[in-house]
Amino acid sequence: MNITGGLNKLNRPTGSSSVRLQKQKMGYGLIISIAAITVIPICIMVLYILIKGLPAISWSFLTTFPYDGVKQGGILPAIYGTLLLTIGTAVFSVPLGIGAAIYLSEYAADNRWTRIIRIAIINLAGIPSVVYGLFGLGMFVIFLKFGTSILAGSLTLSIMTLPVIISTAEEALRAVPQSFRVVSVSVGATRWQTIRRIVVPQALPGIMTGVILGLERAAGETAPILFTAASFFLPRLPNSPLDPTMALPYHLFVISTQVPGMPVQIQYGTALVLIGFVLGMNLVASIIRSKARAHRQW
Amino acid sequence: MIKIRIEHLNLKYSDDKESLIDINLNIDANSITVLFGPAGGGKSSLLRVVNRLNDLADVKLLSGKVLIDDVDILDPKLDVIGLRRRVGMVFARPVVLPMSIRANLTYGLELAGEHHKDKLDEAVEMCLIQAALWDEVKDRLDDPAVALSGGQQQRLCLARSLVLKPDIILLDEPTSGLDPISTGKVEASLQELKQTYTIVLVPHSVQQAARTADFAAFFLQGKLIEVGIGKELFVNPKDKRTEDYIMGRFG
Repeated sequence: MNITGGLNKLNRPTGSSSVRLQKQKMGYGLIISIAAITVIPICIMVLYILIKGLPAISWSFLTTFPYDGVKQGGILPAIYGTLLLTIGTAVFSVPLGIGAAIYLSEYAADNRWTRIIRIAIINLAGIPSVVYGLFGLGMFVIFLKFGTSILAGSLTLSIMTLPVIISTAEEALRAVPQSFRVVSVSVGATRWQTIRRIVVPQALPGIMTGVILGLERAAGETAPILFTAASFFLPRLPNSPLDPTMALPYHLFVISTQVPGMPVQIQYGTALVLIGFVLGMNLVASIIRSKARAHRQW
Repeated sequence: MIKIRIEHLNLKYSDDKESLIDINLNIDANSITVLFGPAGGGKSSLLRVVNRLNDLADVKLLSGKVLIDDVDILDPKLDVIGLRRRVGMVFARPVVLPMSIRANLTYGLELAGEHHKDKLDEAVEMCLIQAALWDEVKDRLDDPAVALSGGQQQRLCLARSLVLKPDIILLDEPTSGLDPISTGKVEASLQELKQTYTIVLVPHSVQQAARTADFAAFFLQGKLIEVGIGKELFVNPKDKRTEDYIMGRFG
């Protein structure tokens, strides 16, 4: 019996080769169109906002305060506020998130306790953002008496961001081959030295990606800061963590729905800046990822 | 001189995979002791007891004594890090750390508190010469270690265990993934190294066992069946089971 004889037998039910080729082409076509369907709306949306918003963008739009009931002027305090909230969120969520990920990946045994933690994290990721907002209002604004402030907003956003950071960081840590840990320990490293010098550096690009994706979500959210940090209009920039702040997503919400006679151009300009902010962070994450992949030694 | 004295050692893992049952074995200094036998017989587990790497595994039961220079290393109060510096290990698959050739070697030394550059350079050269790798890598010590071939990586792993100046080197099928030439180089290094070190080797074949062993111990299903001087044991095994295995009649 020759080799192809065996193969033909296996392939017989699917018919002749030209029909199979046809089917393969159709399959490809289907997959490509599905992919296109997901990409097209994003492209249209970004393009639309770009076209409508770009005329509004100018140096003074980015660097001046709004006036005339926010109907004129720039959006400086909103940009600044979003920046502060993002940094504030990072301050709380990054060390906590990475610490939790290290615990779960490197130290925790697989028992009921860690399973409960994992389920909690997954569920935390599924909670609607407005619920975080209400929780932040009750917990940070009222109970801890932080008031409507950057601090309260950052803490609220941190809780919302944590699940993303923890799960991506844990995954990145777990992806580091176990053999590296064994080798490191076998040459006299402690568990912590192994984590610090081998595991975390290897997982860092993955961890950074998770951090940026989490913070990006925080930067774009409105509901969690609605009751905890955001203010409709402030005549000056905040100068303490206990000050309220303006923020891009909330500002966009306000000027789109609450201000009669608002120039459309400013609305789209603000949307463009917000999208630019978030996509910019996304881009940084992609660059980190691809650079790390090129340098990966395993 | 006896370097390692194993007395009534019992070991069980939680998953009941491999175990050791009442092992009694003396391992001589400055010689190659070969632990051989079919897979799952407990050879690797025994190696991992000697440098306490089993601490990382899920061990259900561990009893008996393992004395190195008359100190029981299973003592919970023992300085495990110090032990692992004295007992080097080379694994079946060459695992180089994701760093340069040089950093792979200095890693363990720096953890031990050595930061003097001259001393580090000296140690790097020394252990690479011992592992018969120096001539091949001396001009590219700062290249990533993964760029080396499999055989070179395994010799780097050998060098990495030597750099800490251990007394004992444990080798767990160190040539299983290597071509015959690289295997020959590693085996030749071992013959040199036994002048200075106590070597415990799990070979990847009976042939390698016979080639390298000063002393040989046959393991079967967690039990130590027979120990003897290498040349005698492979020519004239006392136990029927040892003979069957050596002759390849094992089913």
